[in-house]
Amino acid sequence: MNFQAIQGEGWLLTKAEQLINWGRSRSPWPFPYGTACCGIELMCALASGYDMARFGAERVAFTPRQCDVLIEAGTITKKMVPVLKRIYAQMAEPKWVIAVGACACTGGVFRTYSTQQGIGSIIPVDIYIPGCPPRPEGILYALLKLIDKIEADHPLYKNRQKVIEALEANK
Amino acid sequence: MSLEQRIKDCLGADVVEITEFRGDVCVEIPKSRVIEAMTLLKEKAGFDFLSDVIGVDNMDLYAKAKKAKKKKKDEEEEEPKKEGPPPPRFDVIYLLLSLSRDERVQVKVRVPEDDMDVPSVTGLWKAATWPEREAFDMYGFNFTGHPNLRRLLMWDEFEDHPLRKDYPLEGKGEERHLNYDTV
Ligand code: SF4
Repeated sequence: MNFQAIQGEGWLLTKAEQLINWGRSRSPWPFPYGTACCGIELMCALASGYDMARFGAERVAFTPRQCDVLIEAGTITKKMVPVLKRIYAQMAEPKWVIAVGACACTGGVFRTYSTQQGIGSIIPVDIYIPGCPPRPEGILYALLKLIDKIEADHPLYKNRQKVIEALEANK
Repeated sequence: MSLEQRIKDCLGADVVEITEFRGDVCVEIPKSRVIEAMTLLKEKAGFDFLSDVIGVDNMDLYAKAKKAKKKKKDEEEEEPKKEGPPPPRFDVIYLLLSLSRDERVQVKVRVPEDDMDVPSVTGLWKAATWPEREAFDMYGFNFTGHPNLRRLLMWDEFEDHPLRKDYPLEGKGEERHLNYDTV
């Protein structure tokens, strides 16, 4: 974050966008949606050996209302699809999704009647991690990539067109 | 007395065929006598534990055997022999275990495609509830007398029975949709 501090009175000058991005990127609280073997790697990445909390993924939220990043680790069966959709819909904005492993990305080795061929077709995914399963380093790398993505975001600019249109309509 | 002999004595005329392969005894019983034979096995022969109930679809097996036979026939140009009625397409196999004697037996029931009713053994073993539901889900056996014969693995609205050999591996494009209450 770029800021300018003025000594004495305790002033700090920065841009609202950067302040928001700073806050968001330093606290991407994960929602661990582990449905298969990749979930074990996710647990490993969260535990003390790799310690995802170093990068701000401090608090693993087991309720979709209190998290920012849906980490989908594992196979999604077609029976599970409505549940995943609902969990995603329940998350509060802003929200991001990481698809961990071949199964979440493309269905992996399970090209069968019961497996969803990639979660990209049901919810928007920000980061795909290949591997069967990816190593915990891979999950950490994805988190760092996501943090880069959040920092490059324009949270105020995003809805500008909508705001302008609304103002025009109200004239 | 060998296990095979004991089962023969226990079931009597209900035995259609009894085979042994590498120490595994497999006994075939007629479909109409499932409950009676199972009761005998449980109470007289001491098979008090039901490990699993599984289904088998023999469609490909018979088709292959027929093909091989035909080929052979063409080569040798023999007189075509009379063929019996086609064997029933499905099997239901019960895996029984005797906890006191540590013996296992497979009980096989042949099920033709046009009559998928099989008496449920849930009255004898409560443990049969879920395996029977699974076999119904995957093959479409109708276990009569089952207290709650719903799908176990696929969702309720799913229409097919996916482990049948004529069901495509990648499915027929079924999707699950749920309408959640939005209130
Ligand atoms: S990608 Fe591999 S390790 Fe991960 S859930 Fe699928 S099968 Fe398991």
